[in-house]
Amino acid sequence: MIEFEMPKPIAQQSYVLQTVAENMMRPVSRYFDEHEHEIPWDYINFMHMAMRATGAGSLAPPAEKKKEGEEEERKEKRPPIGYQMLAFMLEMLSWGDVGIYLCTPGGGLGAAAVEAAGTPEQKQKFLARFRDEKPVFAAMAMTEPHCGSDTSAIRTTAVLDKNTNEWVLNGEKIFVTAGQKSLEESNGFVVVWATIDPSAGRAGMRSFVVEAGTPGVKVTKLEHKMGIRASDTASIVLQDARVPFENILGSPEIQPDTSKGFKGAMATFDATRPLVAATGVGVARATLELVKELLAKQGIEIRYGLPRSKLTNIEREIIDMEVMLRSAWLLVIKAVWMADNRKPNPLEASMAKLRAGDVVTKITQRALELMGPIGYSRDYLLEKWFRDAKITDIYEGTGQINRLVVARNILGYSGRELR
Amino acid sequence: MYSFEPSEEQKMLIDAINRYAVNDLRRKAHDADEEYGYPKEVLEKGWELGVLQASIPEAYGGFGEHSVLTGVLAAEEMAYGDFAATLAVLTPGLFALPILACGTEEQKQTYLPPIAEGEWLPYTAACIEPSFDFDLLEMRTTAQQQNGGYLLRGEKIYVPFAADAEQMIVYANLEGKTQGFIVHKDTPGLTVGDRQKTLGINALPIYKVTLQDVFVPAEQRLGGPQGHDPTPIFDSMHLAMAAMAIGVSRAAFEYSRDYAKEREVFGVKVAQKQAIAFMLAEMATEIEAIRLLTWEAAWMVDNHKENASKQAYLAHIGAMDMAMMVTDRAVQILGGHGYIREHPVELWMRNGRGFAMLTGLGMI
Ligand SMILES: Cc1cc2nc3c(=O)[nH]c(=O)nc-3n(C[C@H](O)[C@H](O)[C@H](O)COP(=O)(O)OP(=O)(O)OC[C@H]3O[C@@H](n4cnc5c(N)ncnc54)[C@H](O)[C@@H]3O)c2cc1C
Repeated sequence: MIEFEMPKPIAQQSYVLQTVAENMMRPVSRYFDEHEHEIPWDYINFMHMAMRATGAGSLAPPAEKKKEGEEEERKEKRPPIGYQMLAFMLEMLSWGDVGIYLCTPGGGLGAAAVEAAGTPEQKQKFLARFRDEKPVFAAMAMTEPHCGSDTSAIRTTAVLDKNTNEWVLNGEKIFVTAGQKSLEESNGFVVVWATIDPSAGRAGMRSFVVEAGTPGVKVTKLEHKMGIRASDTASIVLQDARVPFENILGSPEIQPDTSKGFKGAMATFDATRPLVAATGVGVARATLELVKELLAKQGIEIRYGLPRSKLTNIEREIIDMEVMLRSAWLLVIKAVWMADNRKPNPLEASMAKLRAGDVVTKITQRALELMGPIGYSRDYLLEKWFRDAKITDIYEGTGQINRLVVARNILGYSGRELR
Repeated sequence: MYSFEPSEEQKMLIDAINRYAVNDLRRKAHDADEEYGYPKEVLEKGWELGVLQASIPEAYGGFGEHSVLTGVLAAEEMAYGDFAATLAVLTPGLFALPILACGTEEQKQTYLPPIAEGEWLPYTAACIEPSFDFDLLEMRTTAQQQNGGYLLRGEKIYVPFAADAEQMIVYANLEGKTQGFIVHKDTPGLTVGDRQKTLGINALPIYKVTLQDVFVPAEQRLGGPQGHDPTPIFDSMHLAMAAMAIGVSRAAFEYSRDYAKEREVFGVKVAQKQAIAFMLAEMATEIEAIRLLTWEAAWMVDNHKENASKQAYLAHIGAMDMAMMVTDRAVQILGGHGYIREHPVELWMRNGRGFAMLTGLGMI
C-alpha cells in the first residue's frame, strides 16, 4: 500500500536532531565559514558521544543487527528503515549546516565503501574503530588531478609485493572530503581507488583501505572552497605506501570481461547518491524557510489555490520552490526506501541526485534574487547557503553524470552506447 | 511507514485500465481527435472498468470506498491512453463525486444509485468561466438568495456533454464562497450554447452554458440550505489534473524514447546523442518527481492530513509545468515528424498545455 506516514523513530530522531542543528550548528555556521580549515570539535565530540550512545548514524544496514540475538527476530517484522533514518538525519543536520555536518565522525563515504564491498572480517577490522573513545573519520579517494567524472581513467597503481604480501600504492588523489581528519586528526582510514592492472581498464579497479599512520601517505594540500568551508577537502599523495594484503576490498583476481571492481564503486553510489541529495535538500529547506520567515515579517503570506495569473511574482516563486523541493525530497525517500528494502535502485538514486542538484541550486539562487540586498549580505546565511548548495550538483557524480546514468537506465544502453 | 507499492487491488485496477488505455484509447485517439468524439461503445467500455462505481459505497449503489489515491492511479493510467477519453469516461464523476463528498443524505440517496448502477450517462458539471483569471475560489457566476432558493447568473464554458446531460452541478459565488448547485437542464434561464472547440481535447464534446436568473430551490444546493465546504471538490479537481498530466506525459516520454532508439542520425541512434538522452533523463525524472508529489498529496487528502489541500494544489502546479515540458520535448525529439499529426506527440503537446487551465473538467 502506498503510504507517506513518517515512521515514529524518524520523527523522534528529527526532533532531537533539530535541537542539535539549532543549538550546535547554526550559532557557529558563520564562524566556521569564515575560519576555513578550523575544525568544529565541539560539534564533533558531541555527535560522537551521542552516536556512540544511540548507535545512530551508522551506514551499516539494519540487517546486521540480527546477529546480535534472536530478540530481534521475535519482534514483529517491521520493514527496515536504516537508510531512511540516515537520509532524514543528513537532511536535518544539513539544514543546520552542511559544512559542519560533513565533519560528523563515523566514517562517511569511507565506511560506506567498506560496508558495501568488504567481507565480514574486514567490516569488523575497519569499522569497529568508530565506536572508540575518540571520534574517528574515514574518507573515500577516487578523484585524481587529471580525472573526476571518468573514474575508469584513474592512474593510481597498486602492485602486490609477493615477498611481504603487501600492496604498494603510488599516485595522487585530490578532493578527498575529510581526508585530513581521517589521516591526521584521528585513527581513521581512507578508501583509495587504484588499478591493479592498468591494461585491464575497469576490470582492474580496486579499492584499498589505507589507514592513518601508513608510511608514504601524506596530506599535501587543503583546498580553499566556495562553500562547505568547514569540511576539509584534501590532496593525498601515496608514495610506495604499503598496506597489508587483506586491505583490498573485493577480489584480488582480475576476471577478464568483468568490471566487478568498478561495479563495486558504482554500487556504493547507489547508496550514497540519495544521501548526498538529502544534504542538498536540507540546505534548500533552510533557505526556503528563512525566505518565508523574512517575507512574513513584512506581512507577506503566500496564498495557495489561486490560478497563477492571480499570484504575485513572489508567490509564484515560493510556490515553485515548494514544488521543486518537496518533489526532490520524495525522490530521495523513495530511493532510500528501495535501498532499505533491497530493491535495486541505481535509476532512482541518480534521479534523486540529479533532481536535488538541480533544484537546490535553483532554489538558493532564486531565493537570493528575491531577497535582494538582504540575500547578498553576510548578515544572513542566505548567501552562504547559496555557496553551500552548489556542491550538491558536483560531487558524487555531477548532474551530467547522473543524467547519463538515468539515460542509460531508461534507454537500456551500456556505457559504450551512450558516453 | 513510507511505501511506494500500490496494493494488490490497485495493481489489478491499473492493469485493467492499462489494457483499455493501450488497446482501445491509444488506437482510437487520433481518429477521435480528428472526428470530434469517441464512439459511445468506447466510453461504455471505459465506464465498465468501474473507476467511479468503486468510489461509491454500497449504500448508494456502488461497490467501494472513495479513495483519491486510487483515483490518482486510475486517472494516470487512463490518460496514458488518451486525455480527452479519460475526461469523457469520468464525466459522470463531475456530478457524482461532489454529491458524495458534500451532499446531504437525501441528495446522495436520490442521485448516486442511478449513476452507480446504470450505464455511462452524461451527468456533468459547469465550473470553468471565460476569463483569463478564472479562479475556483472567486467565481464570476453568482448565486443570490431568493425566497426558498437561489438565483444563478453567469456564464460557464467547457461543460462536457452539456447538450445531452439531464442534470449538472453548477458552481457559483455565494457571498464570496464557491458553492455547488444541482440544476436540471430544463430549468428556465439555463441555455446550452454551441459546442466549443479548443487547442486539444477535441474528442470531448464541451459546451457553453449561460445562466440567466436560474432559480434553484434551497434543497438543491450541495449540502442543503447550509451548504458545504468546497475544499474536497477542489482537492479532487487539482489531483485529477495532476494525475492525468502524469499519464499524458508518460505516454509522450515513452513514445519519444522509443522513437529515439530507432531513428538514426550521423551514424548513431538519436538517443545516443547526449542532447537527446539528457532531455529524456530529465523527462523521466520530472515525471517520477511529480508523480510522488501527487501520490503524497492524494494520500494526505485520503487521511485528512493538515495541509492536504495545499499539497494537492502544489502537485497540480508542478504537474502543469511538467506536462508542458515533457510533451514539448517529445515533439522536439521527433523533429519534423513530431509536428505531423500521424504521430501522437503533437496531440499530447496540445493536451499538455491544457492542464493549467482545465481545472474543473476532471475529478477523481
Ligand atoms: C568539495 C568537494 C568534495 C569532494 N569530495 C570527494 C571525495 O570525498 N572523494 C572523491 O573521490 N572525490 C571527491 N570530489 C570530487 C568530485 O566527485 C569530482 O569533482 C566530480 O566527480 C567531477 O569531476 P571533475 O571535477 O574532475 O570534473 P570533470 O570530470 O573534469 O568534468 C568537467 C565537466 O564535464 C562534465 N562531464 C564529464 N564527463 C561527462 C560526460 N561523459 N558527458 C557529459 N558531461 C560530462 C562534468 O559534468 C563537468 O561539468 C569532491 C569534489 C569537491 C569539489
